[in-house]
Amino acid sequence: MKRLIWRELRLAGGSGQALLPLVFFLLIAALFPFAIGPDRPLLERTGGGILWVAALLAALLPVERLVEPDRASGMLDQLAVRGISEEAIALAKLIAHWLSFAPPLMIAAIPAAALLKLPGEYLQRLEVGLLVGTPGLAALTIIIAALTAGLRSTGALAGLLMVPLAVPILIFGAAATASSGPDPMALKLLAAISLFLVALAPFAAGAAIRVART
Amino acid sequence: MAAATLLGFDAVTCLRGGRILFEDLHLKVGAGDALIVSGPNGAGKSSLLRLAAGLLRPLRGTIDRPAPVALADEAPALDDRLTLRAALEFWARIDGADAGAGIDAMGLSPIAHVPVRLLSTGQRKRATLARVIAGGAALWLFDEPANGLDGDGLDRLAAAIARHRSAGGALIAASHQTLPVEAADSLTLGSA
Repeated sequence: MKRLIWRELRLAGGSGQALLPLVFFLLIAALFPFAIGPDRPLLERTGGGILWVAALLAALLPVERLVEPDRASGMLDQLAVRGISEEAIALAKLIAHWLSFAPPLMIAAIPAAALLKLPGEYLQRLEVGLLVGTPGLAALTIIIAALTAGLRSTGALAGLLMVPLAVPILIFGAAATASSGPDPMALKLLAAISLFLVALAPFAAGAAIRVART
Repeated sequence: MAAATLLGFDAVTCLRGGRILFEDLHLKVGAGDALIVSGPNGAGKSSLLRLAAGLLRPLRGTIDRPAPVALADEAPALDDRLTLRAALEFWARIDGADAGAGIDAMGLSPIAHVPVRLLSTGQRKRATLARVIAGGAALWLFDEPANGLDGDGLDRLAAAIARHRSAGGALIAASHQTLPVEAADSLTLGSA
């Protein structure tokens, strides 16, 4: 298991693509004030939501290289021949995907918040929200990656599949970090959705990998 | 046959893509055996190997697989960006084996430091076979093992197979080429 996670992390890190979601996230945060103008109250009101949308898209960016290359190269088959369950493979991929995008994203949220002129306690709420919500985003990405492995032009399809499923995370994530003040209820709901997706992902993705084989 | 059974097919029927590839197939492979599966393209050779490896489920019948198996098909399952040695060692560590044995057996040591993505077709095939040879599984499943191999590669494959069988291992190979395997049983699919 540890070996699988380590391999995934090395693949993500070595390809230089690990930085891509990060750059993407910062780019959105930098471009947004240009688009709507430097109106501080407006930025404060919308900034959290924008950063959540950016986080969602950043999680989705590597969706094509999460499962499909391993299916095409026979990696998944070889692991199965050795008796390693598809669920364990999916769990390893989930953990590695989260590790490769969430902590860097949370660090990038600091300059991003500065770019949007978000106050300090707002940033704090955003970081807590990201910590709770990103595992759910990672789980969703793994499920979609496994479902679309082996299909053509998965990028667009993955986006179409993921966005509606990610809406609850977006709603409660943005609500938990809203400028009106802390909202423990939204944070709890965000945690509930995130936990549910993390618990579901290994089984859903594992089953998808098995079905793709026949 | 007194030797231990490494693989048994009992009345196995294989359905793929809505088509029955073979029906009511009985098969028994014991220690030291070699079985060459032949037949036209699409006759179900690869499917038979994937059934034996547990990657496909039979429509009917049961498959008994008491010993660990190793599969070498057209996909090398080696990480493109790693060197050949590092990619083989990933699997050797999971198998609890020594990657060096496979590298030596297939004559890959001169290119062991080359990234997998730069290897030629024949070199990839050698690497795929090296993964199985090093793995230490009792039953080897080869899908077109001779594809892309040169004369030296074939000789090395023959030697490795002979060593494996004398050590109590067995082999099932699907191929439409003549394989350098002595005293092998043969099974022809799709002849009916």
